[in-house]
Amino acid sequence: MDRNIVIPGQLLSEKKEMAGPGTYVKDGNIYSLLYGVANFKGRVSVVPFSGKYIPSRKDFIIVKVIDVTPSNWIMETGSPYDGLLHVSEFPKRVDSSEMRKFMDIGDSVVVRVKDVSKAMKVELSMREQGSKVLRQGRIIEVMPAKVPRVIGHGGSMVSVLKKESNCDVFVGKNGRIWINGRDNDMDRLTTAIEMIESESHISGLTDKIGIFLRGGPEGTESSDEEQLVDEEVAGVSLEDDDVTEETSRKVDVLLENDSEETD
Amino acid sequence: MSDKPEKFIDENGLRLDGRRVDEIRPMTVEMGVLSRADGSCYLEWGNNKVLAAVYGPRELHPRRLQRPSEALVRYRYNMAAFSVEDRIRPGPSRRSTEISKVSGEAFEPVVMKQFYPGAVIDVFAEVLQADAGTRTAAINAATLALVDAGIPMKGLVASCAVGKVDGQLVLDLNKPEDNYGDADLPIAMTEDGEITLLQMDGNLTADEIAKGIEMVRKGCEQIFAIQKEALLSKFGTADEEEILKEAELQAEVATSEDESEDVEVISETVSEAEIQAEDDELEAEDEDEDIELQDEAEAFTDDEVGDASDEAEDLFGEDVSEFEITENAESEDDSSSEPEGAESDEDEGEKNE
Repeated sequence: MDRNIVIPGQLLSEKKEMAGPGTYVKDGNIYSLLYGVANFKGRVSVVPFSGKYIPSRKDFIIVKVIDVTPSNWIMETGSPYDGLLHVSEFPKRVDSSEMRKFMDIGDSVVVRVKDVSKAMKVELSMREQGSKVLRQGRIIEVMPAKVPRVIGHGGSMVSVLKKESNCDVFVGKNGRIWINGRDNDMDRLTTAIEMIESESHISGLTDKIGIFLRGGPEGTESSDEEQLVDEEVAGVSLEDDDVTEETSRKVDVLLENDSEETD
Repeated sequence: MSDKPEKFIDENGLRLDGRRVDEIRPMTVEMGVLSRADGSCYLEWGNNKVLAAVYGPRELHPRRLQRPSEALVRYRYNMAAFSVEDRIRPGPSRRSTEISKVSGEAFEPVVMKQFYPGAVIDVFAEVLQADAGTRTAAINAATLALVDAGIPMKGLVASCAVGKVDGQLVLDLNKPEDNYGDADLPIAMTEDGEITLLQMDGNLTADEIAKGIEMVRKGCEQIFAIQKEALLSKFGTADEEEILKEAELQAEVATSEDESEDVEVISETVSEAEIQAEDDELEAEDEDEDIELQDEAEAFTDDEVGDASDEAEDLFGEDVSEFEITENAESEDDSSSEPEGAESDEDEGEKNE
């Protein structure tokens, strides 16, 4: 078996050059730093079961404006560190006296982490495709450690969520998920995401979630989901979702076969 | 005061509660008991009941307490007013302030504070029921709460006391032994055997201290075993295979971060065709990589993973017997101020009576 649950201080390997994230080297041996699952494919690394989000460069995150200064918006990032968005990083030229017209305290925004300094000064940017102010929809919070589960292999889970719920979905690395669609669709999607978070151990979760959203056995409401109503944004993104979902399914199957063999 | 037993150890070598001199009280732990905390642990050790909660890393206020290069570990030991027979005055006391300080420092060498500059990791240890050795019980619970919170640590910390009654050293003092015994020596240590807390109440000779520390090492070894068992069985209810599958996925996503980012962005009306093509390519690569890596992984799992735990044990065993008095003497000095320690333990006795 090439993966197992490890605890801090557990010896993982004697090849110090293989040390990856979540580990440390002492006397030429690799030990775990975290409580999580060790992965021995390639470099030895440990993925934690829990933990706070720590900003890192290039992450897309969903943040909230908590203050506006003459040249910066100060953002709450869901981590121990606040983020700074300078006016010049806003897609349009904004006069500092008009900053509040574009984003005011309490607004949620999709931003990209531009840089994180050694002292954890977090600089954000909106000059990236995908950055925008969130004026509608809802934001759900999940544990940052569960974000990979919500995205799935190459985005498989996120595609299922989008397709089956008719909602627009954006998953921020900091565990905040923005969803937008009709109210009852969003209710179902919220439940589905809660399911992902609490049942993340179950295999075949992607399919289970798909069935749930389609109003399958466990579905509570099953009225109008089947009629694929064109939602403003969903119309376009649906098509490409179909394809990505197909391919990622295939990857899923392959991976599962692989793991069975090794087990 | 009059309930002092005539003899602490009977002719069969058994103590008042039926333990042998080198036996610790039964300990049970439960993790993740508080939903609002980032990590938590409830621990019962004999008649001690302790609840530990960890919050953070989170923003530290006031700002003047922030450290530019590392996180602050703020440990708060508190005894509930109802934790002892005669109600104690709630809130911080001289004794609890001191225990908080030295207990927080007991985690100094293991917590990777440098990962979170300027932040704070709050540890709250609440004693719900006290029966001698509450600071050691609190440290044992706090370790698990820290691990549960996902804080990076170099290893676990365990703590246990040794004392002297009837002229004999006994491990893990119980209430009467603590109140009427001749000495109490609480110690905390890392898995490597590095002593991170050492306080003393009463009098012991140098030889007794050396012997006591060896007894504590044996006790801590048992506590580490209990802690590890608790950690490894936390997910015991779910099928282990399934957890591992999830892990596989997490690792997958972690290694291919760039891809997943691309996928996320699609939702924001990026030109469809191009990205699809890209994705397909990437995924194809992914598969290949996977298969190769799998082979590699197999190769080195066979000889290493199986041994890992055994080796850890071996190492540990050696360490335990190898570390001698010289090193202990050193660690005594830097871990706590002794006169204060002595006072405080008398204090515990007084209050609890």
